[in-house]
Amino acid sequence: MANNVLAFAESRGGDLRKVAYEAVTVARALADAAGGEVHAVIAGAAGVAAKADALGRFGADVVTVVEHPTFADYNPEALAAFLADRAKAAGCRAVALVASAQGKDLAPRVAGKLGVPLAADLTTVRLDGDNVMGTHPVNTGKVIATVTLAANPAVVSMRPGAVTPAENQRSARVETAAPVGDPASSRVKVTQTIAGNTAKLDLGDAPVIVSGGRGLKAAENFKLVEDLAAAFGNAAVGATRAVTDDGWRPHSDQIGQTGRQVSPNLYVAVGISGAIQHLAGMRTSKTIVAINKDPEAPIFKVADYGIVGDVLEIVPALTAAVKAAKGH
Amino acid sequence: MKIAVCIKRVPEMDVRFKIAPSGKGVDETGLKWDISDFDGYAVEAALQMTEKLGSGEVVVLSLGPDAAQETLRKALSMGATRAVHLKADPIPFDNFAIARALAGELQGGGYDLILFGKMSIDSSNGAVGPITAELLNLPCVAAASKLEVANGKGTARRELEGAAELLEFPLPAVVSIDEGVARPRYPSLKGIMAAKKKPLEVKPAQLGDVRMTVSTMALPPERPPGRILGEGVAAVPELVRLLQTEAKVL
Repeated sequence: MANNVLAFAESRGGDLRKVAYEAVTVARALADAAGGEVHAVIAGAAGVAAKADALGRFGADVVTVVEHPTFADYNPEALAAFLADRAKAAGCRAVALVASAQGKDLAPRVAGKLGVPLAADLTTVRLDGDNVMGTHPVNTGKVIATVTLAANPAVVSMRPGAVTPAENQRSARVETAAPVGDPASSRVKVTQTIAGNTAKLDLGDAPVIVSGGRGLKAAENFKLVEDLAAAFGNAAVGATRAVTDDGWRPHSDQIGQTGRQVSPNLYVAVGISGAIQHLAGMRTSKTIVAINKDPEAPIFKVADYGIVGDVLEIVPALTAAVKAAKGH
Repeated sequence: MKIAVCIKRVPEMDVRFKIAPSGKGVDETGLKWDISDFDGYAVEAALQMTEKLGSGEVVVLSLGPDAAQETLRKALSMGATRAVHLKADPIPFDNFAIARALAGELQGGGYDLILFGKMSIDSSNGAVGPITAELLNLPCVAAASKLEVANGKGTARRELEGAAELLEFPLPAVVSIDEGVARPRYPSLKGIMAAKKKPLEVKPAQLGDVRMTVSTMALPPERPPGRILGEGVAAVPELVRLLQTEAKVL
């Protein structure tokens, strides 16, 4: 019985986020190894139950829906209490979350309530006898630790994007459950969610990131980076710290040690020299392209493909070539 | 206002790390150490709050080997009132054990606010703050990019993917600090001199069972050597060809 795996399916504004499928996918792999079922939890305001079937597609055997008006926004205390309670009630060997912005707040609370450590921000995870083993980048990604967690249940959070959602159709049993305690009495309350530009792909979700640095010379030249991103069609725009500090781009676009850590399929670094703090945020990208005027720039050490020269000339040519390759 | 700030001594990151012969940690030879980045922001945030109020106390805590006292002295030289060193050598990787030791020390301390950095820059788990909050049954906000307290209430902002949220909570509370709240000051010479005379209490860390360990540490696989395809616009067609045929991303 204690072989089930609980997965937290994160939603925002009533819609499942991509990380929800990542959590269910990793839970499926752990449950298969343990010989148990995947119990996915989705929380939201009334109506969120409509999203339950989508989780069966990625391998959930049971989807537990908890609806409450206060779950329209993130309700950390009530959610943590609910997940910890479910983990016990469903006989869970493990609890899988994703270390998104919300997951980073929620996962350690769940671990704390269950009285166990959190194996945080893992890039891989597996069962190993009585232990759960995972890999976790430490020291700004310059060292990879293999972590052994000897706790039951094992609470893990995966790095966003580290798990590729895999379809594994189940006809999930959908159950509704009442919250634990009164969610309206939570001490920590979200008073407002400030939406960003929702039309814009988030850096964590985008398969392609085009990122710009000081080599662009002026804020208005960022248009070239945006145009290249638009040519790919599935790209988000990132920036170096130098650029966000100068106000060319918002701080939320910053990739690096103190900004976002990303690992897209393709990372195009435009006019970025490759300071160590920037590399810490993108060195795990699958393919890296660098365009820079200085052939000695450190970015070329991590780039799979490099072009040396003036970004203001090369980027428009690349944009045109990508458009042609994409057939538009 | 009484504020506790939990800080960690970490290696500076702008080096090429080597793995220690044990295979379970990094070789510490020649490493320079300092307060973890986000913990520095937390100390600064605490100092600014007590300075604005014109009263209060900032107590800094650090769990670690004897050398953690250097980090505590630095926080004292920035302006913290007193320090507590919870002795543990080495620092376990188990964030629950660390939280248990900190909670034991913080319990009953009468703190209005307990601050952490959002994560240590070396082990990068970001879990000790929220787990400590759970153990103390206090409200908690992880990774606050803005923080204000007034009239027994706190307000914070947290950055989300492509959005942000504003939060409200009663004091006492635990908050972990993201970049953006406050840039840490440099200790003044006067501060450094004063820090030498400030109280620094040493106690053993009551860690309990350690259930999470590092079994191996390794350097990430080297990326295959990159190729500079050429110079200028002339290299663009070759790049596009490779993105299509070799990397298969276009």
